[in-house]
Amino acid sequence: AVVSTQSGHYGRGGMATLKDIEMRLKSVKNMKKITSSMKMVSAAKFARAERALKPARAYGTGAASLYEKNDFDTSGKDSVLLALSSDRGLCGGIHSNVGKMVKAAHAETPITKAIIVGDKAKAILVKVIGDTFLSCFNNVGKKPTSFTDALDIAEEVLSHDYDTINIVYSKFKNIVSYNTEEKPVPSLESVESNAAIYVYDEVDSEVLRCYQEFTLANIIYHSMKECEASEQSSRMSAMENATKNAGEKIDALTLQYNRTRQAVITRELIEIISGASALE
Amino acid sequence: IRSMALCQRALATEASGVTFPLTFSNPYKAIHHNSPVKQVDIPSTTGHFGILPNHVPTIAILVPGVVAIHTESGDVHKYFVSSGTATIHADASVQILAEEICEASDIDVTAARAGLEAAQSKLTAASLESDKAIAQIEIDVYQSMIATA
Repeated sequence: AVVSTQSGHYGRGGMATLKDIEMRLKSVKNMKKITSSMKMVSAAKFARAERALKPARAYGTGAASLYEKNDFDTSGKDSVLLALSSDRGLCGGIHSNVGKMVKAAHAETPITKAIIVGDKAKAILVKVIGDTFLSCFNNVGKKPTSFTDALDIAEEVLSHDYDTINIVYSKFKNIVSYNTEEKPVPSLESVESNAAIYVYDEVDSEVLRCYQEFTLANIIYHSMKECEASEQSSRMSAMENATKNAGEKIDALTLQYNRTRQAVITRELIEIISGASALE
Repeated sequence: IRSMALCQRALATEASGVTFPLTFSNPYKAIHHNSPVKQVDIPSTTGHFGILPNHVPTIAILVPGVVAIHTESGDVHKYFVSSGTATIHADASVQILAEEICEASDIDVTAARAGLEAAQSKLTAASLESDKAIAQIEIDVYQSMIATA
């Protein structure tokens, strides 16, 4: 304690005082604890999200099989953008990559209608395409997505007229990487107007309408589950990096602290000794 | 016309024992993902029908009822589904997607009967058309559940 109060005297000249280093050390140590616990929470959430993704993928690819095995027109002029993200940050580039892809698409063909899921994407895109927002969803990311969430979003999408929906989302690749992708889904009108659909037996308007609605909800559900897994794995690696960086910073600061402490002690010794020798 | 085609197909493929890839899943659990099966019976809005290998491409909407899957080994697995879609493609793959799936053995008949009674009283008490329709749907679902178990 004696050392630190006297070290204030040596704070002039731009050199960090012992007290300053102590405060920085304390705050970085706290930060490391926080990022480390966030990493563990993300790891647990990621394990759950990855497990849920497996059936969701079977379900979602099954639902999209009609569009994959047949060539329906998805180049319609009247398209709705559905951007999937979440409310929470600190997950690496997830939200900004969705924003980047949307901005690039907007530069190619101006977006006229957009439905945004997640506050983060909303914040990024409001300046670029804010006037095209049909509706926004939030309260995403705290709890795992359920099928009812996808149903709500599908209901909102279906309440508007369009030729195609373009879903921009983060597709999970593996624990260290994801891809931001754009998935087009044709509307009921696009499918009905294409002769390929009549290969299928027993297809009438009512059956097709119900089928399209259910399939849209399924595809949205699958995409949201992909986003969930991508986001949690990305947050996990972001927090892991932050913890590692904090650890390195703590080491560097500790070294600096010890050196400064020793320098202060040496200076005091010099003072005392020169003071004592002056008295002789 | 469909039943004629089915009969022809049934006669044709019964002997060959060919299977087709089936994906049978709900949002939370994929019971089959491209697994080879011999036959699937599904309850649709146009009636209960069976799917054999190389069935004509079809799109169907499922109603609450029983899906029976005949596996390669010859076992028959029954599941109760709430509602959903069934797609049969030209390449013989079949996707049956339902919102809720439960194994026939998991159905609690007493609970289903209690639910049925509650739904029936709801129907008599309902005044709005939409409430009546909802109560009627509940009655249909409970009746088919009880019939399945």
